[in-house]
Amino acid sequence: MASVPFEYGLLLAGVLFALGMIGVIVRRNLLFILLCVEVMLNAAGLAFVVAGSRWGQPDGQVMFIFLLSMAAAEVAVGLALLLLHFGRKRTLDADQMKEGNAASAPGSAGREGA
Amino acid sequence: MPPQPRAALAGRELEMLTWTWCIPALPLAGFLVLAVFGGRFPRGATAAVGAGSVGLSFAAAAAASVLFILAPPAGGFSSYVLWQWINAGGFSPSLSFTIDALSVVMILVVTGVGFLIHLYSTRFMADEEGYSRFFAYMNLFVGSMLILVMASNLLLLYLGWEGVGLCSFLLIGFWYKDPENGRSARKAFIVTRIGDVSLAIGLFILATTLGTLDVKEIAQKATASWQVGSSLAVAVAALLLGGAVGKSAQLPLQTWLPDAMAGPSPVSALIHAATMVTAGVYLIARTNALFSLAPAVQMAVGIIGAAGVLVAGLSALTQRNIKRVLAYSTMSQLGYMFLALGIGAWSGAIFHLVTHAFFKSLLFLGAGVVILAVNHEHDIYAMGGIARKSPFTFWMFLIAAFTLASIPPTTAGFSSKDLILTLAWQSGGAGRVFCALGLAGVFITSVYIFRLVFIVFAGSPRAPASASAHGHAAGRDGTQAGAVMGIPLAILAVLCLAGGFLALPRDLGGSPYILRFLQTALPAGAIPEAPARTEWILQLISEAASLLGIPVAWLVYRRGRSSVPAPAAGVAHYLQNGWGFDWLYDRLFVRSFVWLARINTRDVVDRIFDGVGGLFMLLSRAFRWTQNGRVRWYAAGLAAGAVLIVAAVVLL
Amino acid sequence: MNAAFALSGIVAVAATVMMITRRSAVHALLYFVVSLLASAVIMFVLGAAFVAALEVIVYAGAIMVLFVFVIMLIGPESTPIPGRAWIGPSILGLVLLAELGWAIAQGALQGQPATEVGPKQVGMSLFGPYILGAEIAAFLLLAGLVGAFHLGRRRK
Repeated sequence: MASVPFEYGLLLAGVLFALGMIGVIVRRNLLFILLCVEVMLNAAGLAFVVAGSRWGQPDGQVMFIFLLSMAAAEVAVGLALLLLHFGRKRTLDADQMKEGNAASAPGSAGREGA
Repeated sequence: MPPQPRAALAGRELEMLTWTWCIPALPLAGFLVLAVFGGRFPRGATAAVGAGSVGLSFAAAAAASVLFILAPPAGGFSSYVLWQWINAGGFSPSLSFTIDALSVVMILVVTGVGFLIHLYSTRFMADEEGYSRFFAYMNLFVGSMLILVMASNLLLLYLGWEGVGLCSFLLIGFWYKDPENGRSARKAFIVTRIGDVSLAIGLFILATTLGTLDVKEIAQKATASWQVGSSLAVAVAALLLGGAVGKSAQLPLQTWLPDAMAGPSPVSALIHAATMVTAGVYLIARTNALFSLAPAVQMAVGIIGAAGVLVAGLSALTQRNIKRVLAYSTMSQLGYMFLALGIGAWSGAIFHLVTHAFFKSLLFLGAGVVILAVNHEHDIYAMGGIARKSPFTFWMFLIAAFTLASIPPTTAGFSSKDLILTLAWQSGGAGRVFCALGLAGVFITSVYIFRLVFIVFAGSPRAPASASAHGHAAGRDGTQAGAVMGIPLAILAVLCLAGGFLALPRDLGGSPYILRFLQTALPAGAIPEAPARTEWILQLISEAASLLGIPVAWLVYRRGRSSVPAPAAGVAHYLQNGWGFDWLYDRLFVRSFVWLARINTRDVVDRIFDGVGGLFMLLSRAFRWTQNGRVRWYAAGLAAGAVLIVAAVVLL
Repeated sequence: MNAAFALSGIVAVAATVMMITRRSAVHALLYFVVSLLASAVIMFVLGAAFVAALEVIVYAGAIMVLFVFVIMLIGPESTPIPGRAWIGPSILGLVLLAELGWAIAQGALQGQPATEVGPKQVGMSLFGPYILGAEIAAFLLLAGLVGAFHLGRRRK
């Protein structure tokens, strides 16, 4: 394979990671939040692969495999929880997830947690 | 003479030492006992401790005095060092007491008159709450005053000085529930404080230039190293004068004394007549060497005294409150003492101090009985005919009035005032002016005191008989002084009548016992002896002046105050307000200071401290925003934290 | 092949950007799949063909399908995207990027020829030195399985 500059690969992974992070913070829908978490995981995995390729060792790919399995497990459980939450609250709005308070004023901090 | 080491004391010296430290220690011990246990003692025990400690102190003082007189030590004084107080860089004042003629006279006056007043107040204050508090303060006062007059060095004197100032404050504001009394107490304390600061600065200068504050050493070193009239001497003497003026309520720091009458009558008698206000006179007499080195300041002392005689005397003419008349009278008599100091008649001033203690405390104690008899009424125009109601009180008061006006049957006031006037005339120049002013003062004194006597005692009783709740302390029917109050009055009256024999004028027998005695400690002034003719001419004039006052006072009384013509009424009002000094000081100092303080309420330093608090409140308000329970907010926080950590790792 | 790398990089970034800005979940999901495929191409270009295949099969093929199932169960739900809310996180992201860029620039690594690492090597490494990790990954999957099953059970 032709040489690909190592830095660009890492930079690409960083860009994807940052985008995923922005998405986690900005989006209100729980599903979207989970999706963006996946984006971040993918970016991390990409970084590992790039690094492994640079050193010519399989360690990077091995790490990616572990990461993949972890992502799978996490998605399984997370989505199950999401379904449960939707079954109870009928909404996937993250801002509605505060206990006992529909208004989202900062002054209601004292009332969080039952 | 250096203080004697303990090991070398034997026999008589040891006895003197014991009496010496007992004298101030007994009242102080009384104070401690009453302060700690007083609340739990029954009235009788408190009275016993309170009056008894001063009585025992008087016994010790008498013993020490007898020993001193019978076997006077070399040099006319002995110092007893109790312990070393400070020892820093060559400055080493010790806690030491001096027994010399001056301190003997002072301790006898303080403990003797003090004991009589304590005895009187065991009955006078019997109905008041705070009985033990009263005696605790009074004992503390006597202890501090004794320290003041027995101190060998000015630092210890200053300790006593501050102590008496504190007790004056505590006792003026004794009935603290009335805010007016607190105001008067604060006023007294603050005005005398100004004097105290002046005195302190004077002490600083003395300590730094002469390296010592011991009185004898100061006298030696100052006369050795300072020129007469040198700026240093003038500065120190002026500063000491400032302190004396504050404590003795002379111009310009006299405004506190009339208001100090807010305290109980025994307090006025003890503190503001017999002892504390004489501390200024004592100070100047003690440090006479410094004043001799600054003739200008000494002249100022005389001027202040002479002015005080007239200012206070004229003010006393117009007062309505019985105790205020006596307060201005005290101020006026202190003016005589200052006058005497100003012309160098040190012993004469102290003699007048002694006689003044006798008659002025008798006047105050008598006024106390009268006040009780008319149910705590202080306005003399609401009194009248007390002579019919309480003849004993009337006679006691009358004797004291005669003494104050220096009328011959009573010798104390007559002797001392006459002595001062004669010496003033003899010292020529300014002294003659002082003498003339003093004679005018004699007339005015006679008028005001007899005005008081007539208005209060003469005629038929105006106030209803006081079978009221407050009359119990004075005898069974409320108007007579009981035995406990009557005996001190009687003793003081005897002293008024006989006190003059301590130093009769020459042409009446000439027995200057006390003067000769004092002159072992105070320098005999360089005043020439008066020729006999001058002496009895002056006596005649002063007798005429004081006797003339009686009919004039009768006329004033008969015409009543409503018949005073209009312009005179304005003058009278001005005089009544103490010549407007209060008004002046209020406008000049108090208001500007209050204005400054108000501006300063929110000053820079305050803002810094408030700012720190405000900053934290701001931060907490900001941080409260982070605890809002929103998931995305927390996620953002996580992300931000991660970014920060990465930054830390990457950059460091 | 720099061109392939560059192209797929652009595609990946563009797809991710589109993904995080969609209103509809399905659209976002599909864009993400595209991003994943682009990542797979990049990995392939770098010589890690095995994991490229794994990415497509497991990530895009299984995990994303799970998401599709959930979207099916939940039904359409569109949430509004506030415009102002992008500012803060974007700044955060940019800062992170700057840091990472700076860190990378410090490395002073030159481009090495991308060596191909084949599946055999990966397998030998996985079941050799990393056997423990493989076992733990298995545990993890088991836990996920049990958890999902438990959570998904219908309560009576």
